[in-house]
Amino acid sequence: MRLELVKRPQQSTLFSAISPLIALCLTLVVGAIVFALLGENPFEALYYYFVDPLRELWSLHELAIKAAPLIIIAVGLSVCYLSNNWNIGAEGQFIMGGIFGSMLPVLFPTFQGPLVLPLMLLMGLIGGAAYAAIPAILKTRFNTNEILTSLMLVYVAQFFLDWLVRGPWRNPEGNNFPETRRFHPDAVLPELFPADGRANLGIVFAIVAAIVVWLLVSRTLKGFEVRVLGASPRAGRFAGFGTTKMVFFAFMLSGALAGLAGISEVSGAIGQLRPTISPGYGFAAIIVAFLGRLNPLGIIAAGFVLALTYLGGEAAQISIGVSDKVARVFQGMLLFFVLGCDTLIHYRIRLVRAAPKADAAVVAKAAEPATEGA
Amino acid sequence: MVFVQSSAETAGRDLLEVRGLTKIFGTLKACDGVDLTIAKGEIHALLGENGAGKSTLVKMLFGSLEPNDGVISWNGEPVTIASPSVAKKLGIGMVFQHFSLFEALTAAENIALSLQADTPLSTISAKARALSYSYGLPLDPEALVGDLSVGERQRIEIIRCLLQTPDLIILDEPTSVLTPQEADKLFETLERLRAEGKSILYISHRLDEVRRLCDRATIMRHGKVVGHCDPRRETPSSLARMMVGSEVKNAERPPSATSGDEILGICGLSRKPAGPFSMPLKNIWLSVRAGEVLGIAGVAGNGQSEFFEAVSGEARQEAGDAVRIRGQQAGRLGISARRLLGAAFVPEERLGHGAAPRMKLSENLLLSRHKTDRRAFIGAGGFVKSGAIQSAAQRIIKAMDVRKSAPDPEAAALSGGNLQKFIIGRELDRQPALMVVNQPTWGVDAGAAARIRQALIELARSGSAVLVISQDLDELFEMSDAIAVMHNGELSKPIPIAEATLEKIGLLMGGAEPGHAHVSAETADAS
Repeated sequence: MRLELVKRPQQSTLFSAISPLIALCLTLVVGAIVFALLGENPFEALYYYFVDPLRELWSLHELAIKAAPLIIIAVGLSVCYLSNNWNIGAEGQFIMGGIFGSMLPVLFPTFQGPLVLPLMLLMGLIGGAAYAAIPAILKTRFNTNEILTSLMLVYVAQFFLDWLVRGPWRNPEGNNFPETRRFHPDAVLPELFPADGRANLGIVFAIVAAIVVWLLVSRTLKGFEVRVLGASPRAGRFAGFGTTKMVFFAFMLSGALAGLAGISEVSGAIGQLRPTISPGYGFAAIIVAFLGRLNPLGIIAAGFVLALTYLGGEAAQISIGVSDKVARVFQGMLLFFVLGCDTLIHYRIRLVRAAPKADAAVVAKAAEPATEGA
Repeated sequence: MVFVQSSAETAGRDLLEVRGLTKIFGTLKACDGVDLTIAKGEIHALLGENGAGKSTLVKMLFGSLEPNDGVISWNGEPVTIASPSVAKKLGIGMVFQHFSLFEALTAAENIALSLQADTPLSTISAKARALSYSYGLPLDPEALVGDLSVGERQRIEIIRCLLQTPDLIILDEPTSVLTPQEADKLFETLERLRAEGKSILYISHRLDEVRRLCDRATIMRHGKVVGHCDPRRETPSSLARMMVGSEVKNAERPPSATSGDEILGICGLSRKPAGPFSMPLKNIWLSVRAGEVLGIAGVAGNGQSEFFEAVSGEARQEAGDAVRIRGQQAGRLGISARRLLGAAFVPEERLGHGAAPRMKLSENLLLSRHKTDRRAFIGAGGFVKSGAIQSAAQRIIKAMDVRKSAPDPEAAALSGGNLQKFIIGRELDRQPALMVVNQPTWGVDAGAAARIRQALIELARSGSAVLVISQDLDELFEMSDAIAVMHNGELSKPIPIAEATLEKIGLLMGGAEPGHAHVSAETADAS
């Protein structure tokens, strides 16, 4: 007996809707098994992981703080992935956005006033876009693989930030700690409801970005161009759409949004530059993008799910003492199952009983790829 | 035309005998009761136009396709060839037109992949080397495939096939990728194999090769065997006539106004090959006038797709005047700018080129018309006016009688003929001054094909210029005011329809006459 994948004549609408949910369930089941193997009560562990963080208001604020950068980055990445450009370096663009945006409060702390914050956000957008333009240039000029170049540039950005905060940008009054001076109040992203918790404008940026990009992709000619070039590049060229331009558009849009997330995080949740400003948001956002089926509105929901794994990781560490690296395990499993379940959209699973003799020939034929070339 | 009921039949026992072999795809009979016998030690040609059913027949002989009906006998015994490995065990080897080799591996490694896994590589290398020299096909087994020429790659395929000591070797269009010198070398090898008593089934549409090499020929048309003959006793023109068929419907075509202005001018267009299997274009001159349908005939792969890309602007030219549309230099313009000059294009591939498969028909409407109808379809801020594109799509669907299952289905959900009607209708809806169509009715059912041809003729009669590239000669004779032939990247002088005969066109298609390299724009519009 064996399993066979049979191609569906048309993609299944049912499964394109529920495949993220199946993936989520599978992640929880395997997660429970992992906890059991660690010697914890799986139900208790899952409770602390996924339910406990939702019980208090301040904790929901934390959830919004974590979800905001994930959503902003993932929304940009969805445009990239829809157009068949594989930007894996959002983490680096996030850091560069943070660095560019921090220039004003770090280097010119005396320049204050209501203009500071908008300028910082603008600089963050530019920094991220410029950094994302590098893999775009390399791809269009030298035909390099953007997956590799964008990924490698993440490490460059991380070390650049590390050098900045230990060297030239270190706080002169900071007792040699590797961090910049704290931002003055004009350079800090305002909190939404300071009475209840820390959630700041970042989550508003996230929702607005998601809605704007959703309109762009689904309702405008530019969005049509993105989808055509991604799904049928030759039809895109027939339409007269430029592939090179699209590579730059997709990379720089997603870079700009990652940069915006970076400066929002630095000026909002952190308030200064440190050697590490992201717990892997740029990578987790890839999972968010796919969990949201590359649809900006779906990404809002997916962003909160991933944010919960971060919060749950911290909560579970405190309450039951498992490593917070378990959060990474959950994120990895989620991506694994999301991509796996997507198979169900195009294929259905068929159970085949032990092949009778007559079928042996069919098997032999399938095992004959070298001669099927014509 | 002399029909010889196989002079070789008396020479030896039949190695392969096929009776009534039939293969049905949906409603299309790709092979319809095909009979074929191949004797030991003969080179047997299988002749026919593209789509005649040659490949389907061969795939059934090699076990890649299962016949719906008919008997295959091997050495007098009826056999079922369920898979290529069964075919190999019987002693049938095949060399495909497009190779299946890994470029990053050596020749010997590629050969090893298709043999038993336990044979050591050094043994394979030695065998391959010995075999290659004994057949006059020098080959270095250690060479990386990526570094080899197309002819050398084909040698690997042939050696790989010979290592399995087959009795019957099937060669699918072997010379279509070879230079004349490489082809000569191949013929010597094939003649040597015949001398050793091996049988060869040689698929080709090149008449001179077949006449030179083959002992017998079986000619197929529209899925049926239409004749057997001894190619050495035929002339290229008699072979061509058998291949394309002699009965041509007289189309109801009102006389054309030949005095129209030139709409499309191609002046000395050349293009380097873009890839290993693409054809260079050599100094093409052409002029298409208002009110005229100009047909371009030719066997597939002789530069038609490359020519289409150059005319459409998907591939731009260095010289602005290489392509002129309504008197304007368009050579350096992209496809959108050429559309703005009044041109419309329909490529050969429907799904993935002319239409995006997973997009709705209304969205596919935007594909070719987002620039030309910007005002109608695109609103402020780049927002698509979905009401406007939907009503335009419905208008086209109605005008072209596109049959569909949903109000606005995905392009991939339509049958080939209905999608083609939509794609043609999408361009006709603009009333273009110039329409360039590549294979307008390829794989389209007869009803839809007639509808499409009629629409294109009507467009020309309303004062537009129409350029039709097609492999279907019946279609070209039905529609065109003049026919030019593309062969080997060159375009012949257009022959006015009154003077065109199947024989003339067939000869040009087979390359029997050298191409007219330099036809000036003045003589090109002799029609």
